[in-house]
Amino acid sequence: MRNMFNLASILISALLMGQVTLAQQNTPPLSGPDSTTDHSKLEPLMREFTSGPEVTAACLECHTEASDQIMHTLHYSWDYTNPDTGQRLGKRNVLNAFCGNVAANETRCTSCHAGYGWEDIRVATPADPTRVDCLVCHDRSGQYTKQDNLAGHPPLDPVSPGAKTITGKKAWAVDLTKAAQSVGLPGRDNCGNCHFFGGGGDNVKHGDLSSALYDPTKEVDVHMSSDGQNFTCASCHVSDRHQVAGSRYSVLARDTGGTGLPGQRRDVATCESCHSSTPHQSTLIGMKLNDHTDRIACQTCHIPEFARGGVATKTSWDWSTAGRLENGKPIMLDEHTQSDGRKLHTYLSTKGTFKWDENVRPYYAWFNGQVEYTTGLTTIDPAQTVEINRIKGSASDSNSRIWPFKQMAGRQAYDSELAKLVYTHTYGPDTTSAFWTNFNWDKSIKAAMDYVGEPYSGKFGFVDTYMYWPITHMVAPADRALNCNACHAKNGRLANLSGVYIPGANPMGPGGTAGLILLALAVVGVAGHSLLRLIGRKGARYD
Amino acid sequence: MTERKVKIYPRFERFWHWTQVALIFTLMASGLRVSGLIGGLPFGAAFMLHIGAATALMVLWVFAIFWHLTTGTWRHYVPTTKGLGKVARFYAYGIFRGEHHPYRKAYWRKHNPLQALTYLALKVALFPAIWITGLMYLTYNLWGAIPEVAVWLPVVANLHSLTAFAIAAFIVAHVYLLTVGGSFRAHVRPMITGFDTVDLTTEEEAYLASDEPGRLR
Repeated sequence: MRNMFNLASILISALLMGQVTLAQQNTPPLSGPDSTTDHSKLEPLMREFTSGPEVTAACLECHTEASDQIMHTLHYSWDYTNPDTGQRLGKRNVLNAFCGNVAANETRCTSCHAGYGWEDIRVATPADPTRVDCLVCHDRSGQYTKQDNLAGHPPLDPVSPGAKTITGKKAWAVDLTKAAQSVGLPGRDNCGNCHFFGGGGDNVKHGDLSSALYDPTKEVDVHMSSDGQNFTCASCHVSDRHQVAGSRYSVLARDTGGTGLPGQRRDVATCESCHSSTPHQSTLIGMKLNDHTDRIACQTCHIPEFARGGVATKTSWDWSTAGRLENGKPIMLDEHTQSDGRKLHTYLSTKGTFKWDENVRPYYAWFNGQVEYTTGLTTIDPAQTVEINRIKGSASDSNSRIWPFKQMAGRQAYDSELAKLVYTHTYGPDTTSAFWTNFNWDKSIKAAMDYVGEPYSGKFGFVDTYMYWPITHMVAPADRALNCNACHAKNGRLANLSGVYIPGANPMGPGGTAGLILLALAVVGVAGHSLLRLIGRKGARYD
Repeated sequence: MTERKVKIYPRFERFWHWTQVALIFTLMASGLRVSGLIGGLPFGAAFMLHIGAATALMVLWVFAIFWHLTTGTWRHYVPTTKGLGKVARFYAYGIFRGEHHPYRKAYWRKHNPLQALTYLALKVALFPAIWITGLMYLTYNLWGAIPEVAVWLPVVANLHSLTAFAIAAFIVAHVYLLTVGGSFRAHVRPMITGFDTVDLTTEEEAYLASDEPGRLR
C-alpha cells in the first residue's frame, strides 16, 4: 500500500515537472514593463495633448483617486503644521537661507510644484484635480520636464527663446503623448530633477542630494549605485496613497520600530526599517557598534562626508553684497572650480556672494527630529547668528540621537526696527520692484512685505544666519564608514557635543588625573626610599 | 628548624603569575590607548585587545580561585598582625640603618605579613573594583538606557581609570620591593624555578621528604 503511494507520487511529480518544462519551452520571455499595464496600449493616451492638465485629466479616467491623494500631500500643499510645535511650515510659509521665500516669486519657485499654475501662494493650491502634475513623478520617457518660470508647466512647442528647465538646461519642447504613454514608478530622475536642484542649482541646498545620484558609484551611494542595490529614491521613501515617507519637517530621529514583523508594512524611510537597530554582526566589535545605535544615528558614521561624487554644495550665501553693478550692468564671478573642472558662481549681482565645498565634514548635533523655524513672525536678536531652523534635542532626551547636518551659513535681509526677517521680491521678471531686475532692496522688501501683508518699518539690515539640513543620503560602503578614532579621540568629530561620554575623548578626566598623581606618588615614594637606602649605605641582606 | 630549598611556587602558581603579568601589561597598554593617554594602535583594535585580554584574565582568575580554594593556598593570604609591626618598621626605618629583614619565610607563610596584607587588599579591593567597573563600562547599554542612570557612565569610566592606576602603583611598589632584603635576581628566581629557601619544621621536612619529595631539593 505504502509502496503504491510512493510510486504514484513519483509519477505525479514527474508528470508535473514535465508539464512545467513544456510550458517553459512554449512561452517567450517576459517583455514590456514590469507593471500589469502598458500605458502605450491605452486608448485615452493615444492622442495629442496640448497641456499638462489635459494629460492629468486622461490619467484620472482610470486613476480616479490620484489627484485627491496628491492634494493631501506636502508635495502639493507646501503647507505643514507641525503637530508638536504647532508651527505652520512648508514652502508656502517658511523662510530659508537660500532664495529666501516663495511668496512674491511664485512662477519661478512654483516651477517645482507638483502641480500646474499655482501663481499666488497666498491663496490655496488649485483645487481642480487636473492641476496635479502626474508626469513630473511618473514620466519614464526622460524627456518630460518643467520650465523654470511657468509655475509648474512644461515647456511646449513653441518654446520661448532663452527658456530653461528646472535643472538649468536649455528648454526643449516636451512631447506630452510620449510622456503619458511612458508612465511608471518614479525613477531617480523624477525625484532628482527637483530635489537635486533645490536652491537654484545642482546640490545647492541639501549637500547630500545632487546630480551625482542619477548614476552614483558605490563609493558615493552604496544603495543607489547600479553596482550596488540600484535603489531608486522610492525604495526607501515608501509611500501610501501618494503620501511619501521621510519629511524633513518632522524627522523620525530614532526609530525603535525596527524592521517590523514579516509582511508588516512600515511607512517610514528610516535606515532601521530595513537594517533594524542592531544592524552589525554578532561579533564582539559588532555588538559594541550596536551599543551605539541608541545615541548615534546610522548616518553619523555611515555618511562620513557629504557632497561627494564631484558635485559641490553651497555652504555660504551672503545676500548683503548683492546689487553691485559695473557700468550699470550686473556681473558674475566664477571663481570656484569644482573637482570635475566646472566653474561655479562665487558672486552674482542678483544673489550676492557664495562659497562652495565638496566632501564636507558634517556638523553634528543632538536631534530628536524636531526643528523650530525662525519664521517671518519670529523676533530675532540681530547681534547673534540667527538659526533659521533650530535643531531640537539633547542628550537627556531618549528620543534624541547625534545626527550629521549640513550647516549653511547665510547673511540675509531683516527689518532692523522690528527685528524680524523680511520677505524679498527677487524674481519678477519685469516688475519695478523685483531685485533681480532693479537691484534695489528697499523696493524689493517693501513689495514682498506688502504682498504677504506683514508690517515693514522701511529700515533693513543684514543678519548672519545658520540653516541646518539633516544629512541622510550618500551612504558610503561599510568599509568607508567612520572608524572609531574619528570620535574616540581628543578633539574628535563630536568634541563640541555635551552630555555624552566618549571614551578616549578626554584622557585627563578626573579619574585619569587622580590616577596619574597616584602613580607619580608611588614612583616618587620608591625613588625617595631607594635614595634613603643609599644614604643609609648598607641595604639589609636577607639570608 | 632547618633551612631547605623548597618548591613553594608550584607550576600552576607560576603560570598564573606570569600570565597575569602579561595580561595586565596588555591591559595597561591597551587601556591607556583607549583612554586616549597614548597613541599607537587604532582605537577599535586597542578596544578589542583590551576586552580580549580582560576575558582571558577573568578565565585565568576563575582557575586561580579554584586552585587557591582546593589546594588550601588561600591561607597564605589570611591577614595576621604577628610580625606586621616589625616588617613595617623595617621598611620605614630599619632598612636605612642596614638592619636585616625581620621576616623569615615559612612553608605555610611564604609572604611576610605586610606583603600578605597588600596582596589581600589587591585581591579583595582593587581587582574586584577593576572588574566591576570594567564590566559595567562594557555593558553600559544594559543599564544606561534610563536617561538618569546614564550620568553614571563617566563615573564608572573614571573609577575604572583610577583603579587601573592604583594597580599600576602597586606594580611599581611590587617590583621595587624585589630589590629589598636581597638581590632583585634572587627575588625573581623563585617565581621562575619555584624553589626558595624556607625554614621547615622537623615535621614539615619529614612530611615533604616522605610524601612530596619533589618539593625538596
